[in-house]
Amino acid sequence: MLRLERVRKTFNKGTANEVRALDGVDLELAEGSWTVVIGTNGSGKSTLQGAVSGTFALDAGRIVVAGRDVTSWPEHRRATLVGRVFQDPFAGTAPELTVAENMALASNRRNLRSLLPLSTRARRDEWRALLRRIGLGLEDRLDDPIGLLSGGQRQAITLLMATLTRPRVLLLDEHTAALDPRSAELVIGLTEALVRESRSTTLMVTHSMQQAATLGDRLIAMHRGRVYLDVSGADKRTLGEGDLLALFSQMRRDDAFDDEACGLVRGQYR
Amino acid sequence: MSLLVATLAVGLVFAVLALGIYLSFRVYQIPDITADGSFPLGAAVTARMLKEGADPWTATLAGVLSGALAGMATGFIHTRFKVNAILSGILVMTALYSVNLRVMGSSNLPITRGTLFTPLEETATEWLGRETTLLGRPVPASDLGLLAGTLAAAMLVAVALSAFLRTELGTTMRATGDNARMVRALGTSTDRMIVLGLALSNALVAFAGSLFAQMQLFADAQMGIGVIVFGLASVIIGSTLVGPVRSVSLGIAGAIMGAVLFRLLVAIAIRLGLDANDLKLVTAVVVLGAIVGPGWLRGLGRGRAKHAGGDAAHGKRGGHASA
Ligand SMILES: Nc1ncnc2c1ncn2[C@@H]1O[C@H](COP(=O)(O)OP(=O)(O)OP(=O)(O)O)[C@@H](O)[C@H]1O
Ligand SMILES: [Mg+2]
Repeated sequence: MLRLERVRKTFNKGTANEVRALDGVDLELAEGSWTVVIGTNGSGKSTLQGAVSGTFALDAGRIVVAGRDVTSWPEHRRATLVGRVFQDPFAGTAPELTVAENMALASNRRNLRSLLPLSTRARRDEWRALLRRIGLGLEDRLDDPIGLLSGGQRQAITLLMATLTRPRVLLLDEHTAALDPRSAELVIGLTEALVRESRSTTLMVTHSMQQAATLGDRLIAMHRGRVYLDVSGADKRTLGEGDLLALFSQMRRDDAFDDEACGLVRGQYR
Repeated sequence: MSLLVATLAVGLVFAVLALGIYLSFRVYQIPDITADGSFPLGAAVTARMLKEGADPWTATLAGVLSGALAGMATGFIHTRFKVNAILSGILVMTALYSVNLRVMGSSNLPITRGTLFTPLEETATEWLGRETTLLGRPVPASDLGLLAGTLAAAMLVAVALSAFLRTELGTTMRATGDNARMVRALGTSTDRMIVLGLALSNALVAFAGSLFAQMQLFADAQMGIGVIVFGLASVIIGSTLVGPVRSVSLGIAGAIMGAVLFRLLVAIAIRLGLDANDLKLVTAVVVLGAIVGPGWLRGLGRGRAKHAGGDAAHGKRGGHASA
């Protein structure tokens, strides 16, 4: 469904600030699967998502979505297959536009935009029903500029917008990190429901060990631009928060080792 | 009274200009100086076409299209070669100076044949006689015909632009200026939106230039100087008039009112003895005042609690309510 083949990306190549953000990532996600990505700051999680969404050109490797090689596709073209929610709750919506206008643009993803009016009564009713589901009273605010809403409300709408067209791949990058605990819980509940319905192949980055332990059917830990740990099935289900915390201290200790030693330690978790 | 009518007519032509600047500056946040070149370009192309015997409608349309091409050039340089937007505009504006001279064949070109306004002027004269009275003062009827023409043009552009900005394409353009990353994430090339938007903006500016030339019956290579600042003044004064609203129609109405009002103020100031040579200096100061003033005043109101400089300029981004 989503395949990354030997993907490499180095930022600021040839300068003192050179960073090897992705160092040969091979990954294949099954149709409809939900993979949770964890890892220390700077380990390449966001870069991994950027590689899929086409935010930058790769140095090497290939990205295949739904059987199509999208490596050379520009960002906007990949958006027809890939939905995204960013960490910044304000990044996914246009503040000056109304809730309805934002949703209208999301419900019709394409490069060629028409000269037709934006929304019909039927579509507005559809959006109102969707908003009612969130349970934040947003169904009455279709014509408010979305900039007037809170971060949690906007992130919930962004999630709706990202899944509206049932994209083949859904990328979530710490999408609850900037929200208060209650809003975060609400957005996670909504995520579970929408992922189930849209059946999108989901790649979700989180720093919450609780989310990592309870959500998804596969878990990947990134470390220094590589996949350090990859568990799924029964192993994933038995993984607790405690195990993940232990994993993190392990990864931190590994920073002192060379790559070979990393390989040995990794064996313990298999 | 004739002066008032003429001033209003010029104000309405500049309202069309202001709507072009509204698009580049308010929708895209690009103070697009291409306008200083596309305004005389519209004038030059129209004057030349008229000279070659084209009918006024064709000549005007050609002027508008030439402006669209100029805007596309700026947008293309900006998006394709990642050149700063303002620098792209400066490059195209500079190039247009030569283009305009080429089009006119000299530094100015008189219009000796009928213009878009001619039928209106004739009809008004037919109906009202050579001269009529308005508010007890004599006014040439042809001036009223001219005023009707510019009013129709400004209203047409205003209605069309506000309808356009509500279509799917227009809304995507507004979203591009507001949150480009989101537009890309929703499947639309922001580069294309910027090129299209600047083309439309400069088409309107060139339309204003074309109307202005047909009004004063000549095109001049120098007539574009400071046009961008005048447009910015209109838009900024306009948004002060209608308040900090987000609605497209009110923003458009504001830009029109700003242009007419500013033109009136200029006429009054000159009447009161302002040297016309000082006009550009005064305009620039007014724009600076309108940008910095409101934030500065608010800062004073807050008891100088915080440094408030540039509040108005950055106010647009303030659409983030916190949780
Ligand atoms: N556009 C960029 N230019 C230069 N360096 C970058 C860029 N984007 C990411 N990097 C660098 O690449 C490395 C990986 O960054 P990335 O954002 O993928 O980390 P992350 O795992 O998402 O971290 P976090 O948990 O903090 O979000 C970091 O060292 C970062 O500084
Ligand atoms: Mg990140």
